[in-house]
Amino acid sequence: MSGFVAGVPSSSEPLRRFFQVARGAGLRVSAAEGIDAARAVDVVGFEDRTLLKDTLGLILAKTPEEKELYDEAFELYFKRDEFAGGGAADDDEDHADGGMPQRGAQAAGDGMGGSGGQSLGSLLEGDDRAALAAEMEKAAREAGVENIRYFTQKNLYARRILDRMGLRGLERDMEAMRQTGAPENIGRAQVLEGKVEQLRDAVRDFVERSLLLYAKGETEKFREELLKSTRLSNVERRDLDRMRILVRQMAKKLAARYAKTRRRRLRGQLDTRRTLRRNMGWGGIPFITVWKQKRIEKPRVMVLCDVSGSVAAMSGFLLMFLYALNEALSDIRSYAFAGSLIEVSEILEKEPVEQAISKIMSTIGYGSSNYGNSFADFEDGWMQFVNNKTTVIILGDGRGNRTDPRTDVVGRLSQRCKRIIWLNPEYRSAWGTGDSDMYRYAPFCNLVTVCNTLRHLERVITDVLEDAA
Amino acid sequence: MNDVLPAHTPLESIEAVDKGLGEAGYIASRQISTAIFLAHHLQKPILVEGPAGVGKTELAKSVATWMKLPLIRMQCYEGLDESKALYEWKYGKQLLYTQILKDKINSVIGEADNLAVALNKLHDFGDVFFSHQFLEPRPLLRALEQPGGAVLLIDEIDKSDQEFEAFLLEILSDYQVTIPELGTIGATVPPIVLLTSNSTRDLGDALKRRCLHLHIGFPDEKLEARIIASRVPGIDGRLLKQLVSFVQQLRALDLKKVPSVSETIDWARVMVLLHASVLEVDLVRDTLNVLLKFEADVEAASKQIAGLTHKARQDAGVPA
Repeated sequence: MSGFVAGVPSSSEPLRRFFQVARGAGLRVSAAEGIDAARAVDVVGFEDRTLLKDTLGLILAKTPEEKELYDEAFELYFKRDEFAGGGAADDDEDHADGGMPQRGAQAAGDGMGGSGGQSLGSLLEGDDRAALAAEMEKAAREAGVENIRYFTQKNLYARRILDRMGLRGLERDMEAMRQTGAPENIGRAQVLEGKVEQLRDAVRDFVERSLLLYAKGETEKFREELLKSTRLSNVERRDLDRMRILVRQMAKKLAARYAKTRRRRLRGQLDTRRTLRRNMGWGGIPFITVWKQKRIEKPRVMVLCDVSGSVAAMSGFLLMFLYALNEALSDIRSYAFAGSLIEVSEILEKEPVEQAISKIMSTIGYGSSNYGNSFADFEDGWMQFVNNKTTVIILGDGRGNRTDPRTDVVGRLSQRCKRIIWLNPEYRSAWGTGDSDMYRYAPFCNLVTVCNTLRHLERVITDVLEDAA
Repeated sequence: MNDVLPAHTPLESIEAVDKGLGEAGYIASRQISTAIFLAHHLQKPILVEGPAGVGKTELAKSVATWMKLPLIRMQCYEGLDESKALYEWKYGKQLLYTQILKDKINSVIGEADNLAVALNKLHDFGDVFFSHQFLEPRPLLRALEQPGGAVLLIDEIDKSDQEFEAFLLEILSDYQVTIPELGTIGATVPPIVLLTSNSTRDLGDALKRRCLHLHIGFPDEKLEARIIASRVPGIDGRLLKQLVSFVQQLRALDLKKVPSVSETIDWARVMVLLHASVLEVDLVRDTLNVLLKFEADVEAASKQIAGLTHKARQDAGVPA
């Protein structure tokens, strides 16, 4: 990671560390951007901080969200720089009220003549905060604290930094002082012990700040990855907000890709007009052929969601996902069912999805499901709106509590619509067991798939958007 | 790379940029000036993003006016391809010339004994019909060929197709284009390139990586007042304060499309035309459609006009 800045002037060392901080915050700083940033800093210099911030921001942050992350990382990183200076300023007042016979202690320290631990010992006794802070920074750099990623590593890095500052040697010296038995030596050891304790705290604090600085994005990413593949019925309440954000992000990504009308080439049908124009350069002799294109229509979707008991959580996320995708779909109608079926498109369009879902749930949800009855309701009320462009998504576990599954309705539905996709939150091994009618419905569906995590959901919806033609 | 700069460059410092743009009638924030300064010194294009009407396109125009460079503008749209963006052969001229030169060709190859010799003779003419004089340069090529440099504005890049975005990469990073019949054409003086985008779709990473990324948001009250003052010269200072305060408040409302700087300027012009010196509730109500472009927005805002006007007058220190 340090190789790429070769050939860039010496200003690059603090910059390189800042890039690492920026990466930790979730920005993507590529090698090329690193070089560009270094060149830019050569032009504007380090002196003017707002200028530096503007400059690096122009190069490193490419979206409004990234700008925010960048601002935060910049402030954090350069504030930290100042911390060292701030420590030096505090220094004087500490000397004043320190109350320690410093000169004497220092002289004694010099007399000790120990190795390694000695310099740390005299630093501690000298109460020289600025020097200590500098020493700590140096040790931290040697210990590679910028590689810290997880909070479990905090103790490890704290230990490494303390070791590098020579704590072991100091502890040995302190032990030796106590062994001598002379009261003045024992007193000194005691004072030192207090100081060491303070040092430990300071180092731990420092490591914590480094973790925040270098690993914030990383830990978040880790948690998000984890959440994406957690069963949605198991998501804890405190993670719900984060899940909502995740769903919105995923939907936004898909919408950006599919919101534009797409075209597919029709091989074999020459577009004469455009071919002629394209080949004007060769006097109209068609070296390059242009084929006619067909628009890929945005999918029309009808969603039938089981909102009873165990499937409810999943339904909520599916609806949330689909409504976040609004712009990539040409039409979406949604129905919720448990014992019977109602249309819920209107509620979902008027209110934010989270509230709408709880409203729907309270209207008909949480009962025991009757699939046959619900499908019959659908046929009576809305079958006429299904045409050969409609994608029907049914979400449910197919457990109708031993009622008539009415596969005949699903059969007729499958003839009218373009395709039926059945999403089942249960694992395949549970299908067909007990009162599950999954295998009875399966023959009428174009796709039957397990779907119980965000990742499954994303994959299925991508499929829907992809095969919309 | 910096030694190929045009001799007349006034871009020695960010303050100079600020001042220059100001003289051209564009009040730039510090960030904008920094971006222009860096774009020049790093020879990188600037990708300008932000809501409609905050002055993205105007920035390019002002840079051109200030530096006295020609502005070459390419409006992007779906289906834009290289024959419209880069170059096209003047096929009409080609045809005409072949017709006119028909007789000459006989005299050139007339004495040839056989086909092979005739062909060889024709070869000597090379690709006379695919040379520079039959080339119709489109915006991109024109920008590269300007002898003194140019300002190239690629407007609303997000409206173009993804393929076109990829096609731009060569120009943006190396300031050169490749024409199969002629070879690679490089810029005599690298143009200053500005791309604008309304973020209707996410642009590719490759494109973003090659550009400086400048985000222009709505200006704060002070900056907006300066902008209006520079664009609408005859305006009364107190009226200006009220206008800006009103618009700033309007932006805080939950509207479908909040008014942009360009709308504030229009509104200020209207006020000057109507010889208004103080914001009156009725006056605001009658002219609200200059600021708001959706019926629903006008309706939502008109309920609050009285309050907003009052606050605006207070901010400007006008007695109620």
